[in-house]
Amino acid sequence: MGDQARAYAHLIGGQFRSMVSYRLSFLVEMISHSLTVVLDISTVLVLFGAGRRVGGFTLEEALLVAGLSSVGFALADLLVGNVDHLKTYVRSGLMDVILVRPLGSLWQLLCMDLPFRKVLRVVLAGVVLAIAVRLNDLDWTPARVVLLVVTPLAGLVFFGAIFVLSASLAFWWVDSGEIGSAFTYGGRDFTTYPVPVYAAWFRAVFAYALGFGFVAYQPALTLLGRTDPLGLPAWAGYLSPLVALVAAAVAALAWRAGIRHYRSTGS
Amino acid sequence: MDRLDAREGVVTFGALARSGFRRWSTYRQATIAGAFTNVVFGFLRCYVILAVAGATVSGTAAGYDVAQLATYVWLGQGLISVVGIWGWTELADRIRTGEVAADLLRPIPPVVSYLAADMGRFGHAVLTRFVPPIVVGAIFFPLYVPQRPGTIPLFVLSMLLASVVSFGGRFLVNATAYWLADARGPIALWTLSTGVLAGLYFPLRLLPDWAAILLYVATPFPSVLQSPADVLVERDGPLLQSGLVAVQAMWAVGLLVACFKVQKRAERKLVVQGG
Repeated sequence: MGDQARAYAHLIGGQFRSMVSYRLSFLVEMISHSLTVVLDISTVLVLFGAGRRVGGFTLEEALLVAGLSSVGFALADLLVGNVDHLKTYVRSGLMDVILVRPLGSLWQLLCMDLPFRKVLRVVLAGVVLAIAVRLNDLDWTPARVVLLVVTPLAGLVFFGAIFVLSASLAFWWVDSGEIGSAFTYGGRDFTTYPVPVYAAWFRAVFAYALGFGFVAYQPALTLLGRTDPLGLPAWAGYLSPLVALVAAAVAALAWRAGIRHYRSTGS
Repeated sequence: MDRLDAREGVVTFGALARSGFRRWSTYRQATIAGAFTNVVFGFLRCYVILAVAGATVSGTAAGYDVAQLATYVWLGQGLISVVGIWGWTELADRIRTGEVAADLLRPIPPVVSYLAADMGRFGHAVLTRFVPPIVVGAIFFPLYVPQRPGTIPLFVLSMLLASVVSFGGRFLVNATAYWLADARGPIALWTLSTGVLAGLYFPLRLLPDWAAILLYVATPFPSVLQSPADVLVERDGPLLQSGLVAVQAMWAVGLLVACFKVQKRAERKLVVQGG
């Protein structure tokens, strides 16, 4: 166990040293990644600006939804996002190297290219969430405090599961290209806005069948003490950790099936 | 080394563009996957922007009616890979590995050969990636049909200029690798800016007038996506519509000149990496 931890620490340490050796580029990259939060939030500000209520939601309420989604996604992108590189590794044959090492394949992939440049973005997303919480003047109860802490963590687990699921596709379909982005980045975009803005069939697929509605929208309603215009009960907001765990279980199964199915490309 | 004369130059440009086209046509599955992703994002953006329009009294937003907004969104999804906003790191990679040395030995300037290959990519994307989002958009939403006879030819020109502007910007951020070795930072910054400032996330006309005008004139970003979309949905009268294309032409020429200058400087100081 101790040996394994040391091995992972070495992987991460090596990564860190290589990253700081290109200091200027690292800095520019870290700033651009943080700017994504700023720009995503400005988009929300522009769209909900001028006192408009979009889909029945005010700017302040929309910011709470966007903030919850943003922290969850930024955490998942930092810790799990680089599993995205799997398709490159499968094509180049590097996946074989990973599989013969005496460490878990998924954990190795995550440690091999840990993107330190995305740390600042998590911090900024947290600031946005804090501002949104202040703006909304919430009616605090112990359950709501717990919910506010748990929701971004559930978001991390949920988006992490989506990242792993999208990446696993490469085990069966090497040329899956950008298809995963439709659910990872697409999921981020979906969860940034209150669910009622989408048409019924689209909600049915993304919010309920795939579970994205529970990442930010349902918990935000519970925090705000608002009833869901789409009819789910108030306790639906507390379901987000459960939905995240189900997603994680599905992702774990898909990953295992993928590893068993994997045939080297031989390159 | 001898440079080519004009006729040979045109023939070579055509041959490079054709090989660029062929190279992209080998990624058939990735093309399908990419088109699928464009369609999903089309739905996401379209529902959000229509909800914004629905929230106003007039049912319009930033001077676009519902059909114009829907067309704007789906056209944007079709244009993403036509203008090639994202993901081009070829020059930066070749500089880092030292392979760029081979480009310098050819009798055609690197800027021209990369532009030719990019025009091939453009042609392939127009045929494969442009149409699917627009067809899906037309099935699910009312789309805007241009009313003026001059709009379609002007749009085609605008789309071509947009991809030259996009190429110029991408070439320049890739070329920072001559000095930085690792150009990932500048490339990430470019990717990010084009997403928002080109008008992909929301029409720039939603911004206050001074901000929108500043973006159009002082930055190349609106020329990459917003301008061709505005031209097609006839957001403005004929005069301003042509004016948008003129601004695009200015940026296309300006950026290409900058590419040549940067490349020339780089060639004077270049120490080829690797061995």
